[in-house]
Amino acid sequence: MRCPAFEIAKGETVLLLGESGSGKSTLLSLICGIVAAQQGHIFVNGTELGGLSAGKRDRFRADQIGVIFQQFNLLPYATVADNIALPLRFAPERQRRAGNMTSVITDLCTALGLPKGAPQMKAGTLSVGQQQRVAVARALIGQPPLIIADEPTSALDAATQAGFLSLLFHQVRSAGTSLLMVSHDARLSEHFDRVVHLTDITSTQRNAT
Amino acid sequence: MILRLALGSLMARALTVGMTILAIALSVTLFLGVEKIRTGARTSFADTISGTDLIVGARSGSVQLLLYSVFRIGNATNNVTWQSYQDIAARPEVDWSVPISLGDSHKQFRVMGTTPEFFDRYQYRGDRSLRFESGSGLSDLYDTVIGADVAATLGYKIGDPIVIAHGLASFTEHDDQPFRIAGILEKTGTPVDRTVIVGLRAIEAIHVDWQSGAKTRNTTPVETIRQMDLTPTAITAALIGTKSRLQIFGLQRWINEYPEEPLLAVMPAVALQELWQIVGIAETALLAVSGMVVMTALLGMMAMIFASLNERRREMAIWRAMGASPATILGLLVLEAMLMAAIGAALGIALIYGLLAITRPYIDASFGIWLPIDPPTLQEASVLAGVILAAAVSSLLPALRAYRLSLADGMVVKI
Repeated sequence: MRCPAFEIAKGETVLLLGESGSGKSTLLSLICGIVAAQQGHIFVNGTELGGLSAGKRDRFRADQIGVIFQQFNLLPYATVADNIALPLRFAPERQRRAGNMTSVITDLCTALGLPKGAPQMKAGTLSVGQQQRVAVARALIGQPPLIIADEPTSALDAATQAGFLSLLFHQVRSAGTSLLMVSHDARLSEHFDRVVHLTDITSTQRNAT
Repeated sequence: MILRLALGSLMARALTVGMTILAIALSVTLFLGVEKIRTGARTSFADTISGTDLIVGARSGSVQLLLYSVFRIGNATNNVTWQSYQDIAARPEVDWSVPISLGDSHKQFRVMGTTPEFFDRYQYRGDRSLRFESGSGLSDLYDTVIGADVAATLGYKIGDPIVIAHGLASFTEHDDQPFRIAGILEKTGTPVDRTVIVGLRAIEAIHVDWQSGAKTRNTTPVETIRQMDLTPTAITAALIGTKSRLQIFGLQRWINEYPEEPLLAVMPAVALQELWQIVGIAETALLAVSGMVVMTALLGMMAMIFASLNERRREMAIWRAMGASPATILGLLVLEAMLMAAIGAALGIALIYGLLAITRPYIDASFGIWLPIDPPTLQEASVLAGVILAAAVSSLLPALRAYRLSLADGMVVKI
């Protein structure tokens, strides 16, 4: 996959449209530093990922990026609070930014409309919609500069989707975080500052393997 | 927090994890059980005789002499003449000596003829001496003292008459000269419990009318026998105590080189040591087998972790996305394995103590082995540590696979 140039400004919300198999996962893995670029440079919050070792990239990801998956975001056997605090375990800096963990988690849960007492519940007992909101809380805790969401609404029904998106955007805007959401659903476009088609910024070469 | 999450993960898979832990627990129980019985049997054997410096008998093997004279296992090949015994007893090094005469039986128990001094000299389990639960020692010619197991098994009490059979497992009885039970000994956990003790002269008395192992036609009246000189012509063995431990070797050499008759003197501890060398191979084999059972349980755990890897790839992707390195994933799996092993081994140790508490009286009753229940020792601790370490090592293989999987999968699980 080639990607000549692609940039997201601080605090900008970007929707990246692309069909499945168009290289979305690869791009996300590159930005998250799970895969290293073969050529060129990737900067996240001013740091070039290519200059970091694999271990440093892992720590950098924990510190700088909040990740929301399509579904199955949470460790079902852990409590909601433990799930939300999970990235802080690997990022001491982010943990310092988060401050008092218990109160921050309670605040986030309340702001995201989770039921009272949710932090102590086992994540596996929540509904899919609630689990996605816990995933948002986890991405937001400690205010990472970038949140990456991989089709976070596709597992939700239409009514839940709208509520989820407005909550997500409200939180992202108030935290001043950049948001990069990947989806194949063009109807989401209205919520975003900018919409980019994956085919416009990348060209995919598939080697016969 | 990692520990809490690892425990939570194990709890979420309670059934498979539970079975694995159970397998580890049972294997540890088996291992410790074998070890307990092994050491218990050893102590029990070693505790059987103490305070005796030398055992003297006809020349044979030292283990054989120990077995037939103290443990009443097997038979003497030959006797020691009374004259030789007198010579030994008269040696200046000898502090005390107790002759033993074996060869007859009562029901399934062996009869031992000895002198009253036996009750003062025989010691077991350190420095414990024989004590009477009821009655007293041998005073009359036809008195007998029985061990605790004899009394319990046959339901005998003081004053009961008993008849001694000639030889072992024999149908010929010395019914013309019945004995009277004069004393019952307290339980000792030694072969004495299963012995019928009579006077040395009584052994002579019941054989007055016997020649070359067969009864003659005469029946000498008991009153006549009582008037006879009943000094034995031969004994089976003798227990010897020396005045000083330093003299043991000299005396032993003197006896072994006794010119009138081929004799053998052994130190009980040395003969026991020799016995262990024979039994040791079987012990080691048993221990090896139970060790292998532990290994099998750990292999089962390894297979369980392998099998769970695929369904846990999603979970690993979450860890990775949150900033966990593949090394953390590896560590997590090893930690889980160590936790399972720790719980399993602890459970196994608890189980062996429970089992010991329940089965101890039965084992004592059926095998005469008293298994001590001691607080957990360094040995249990090292088994615990060993199992945890082995679990960590055996979990490395699946953990390395998880490492590679999570490196390949990253945040996206492709199944």
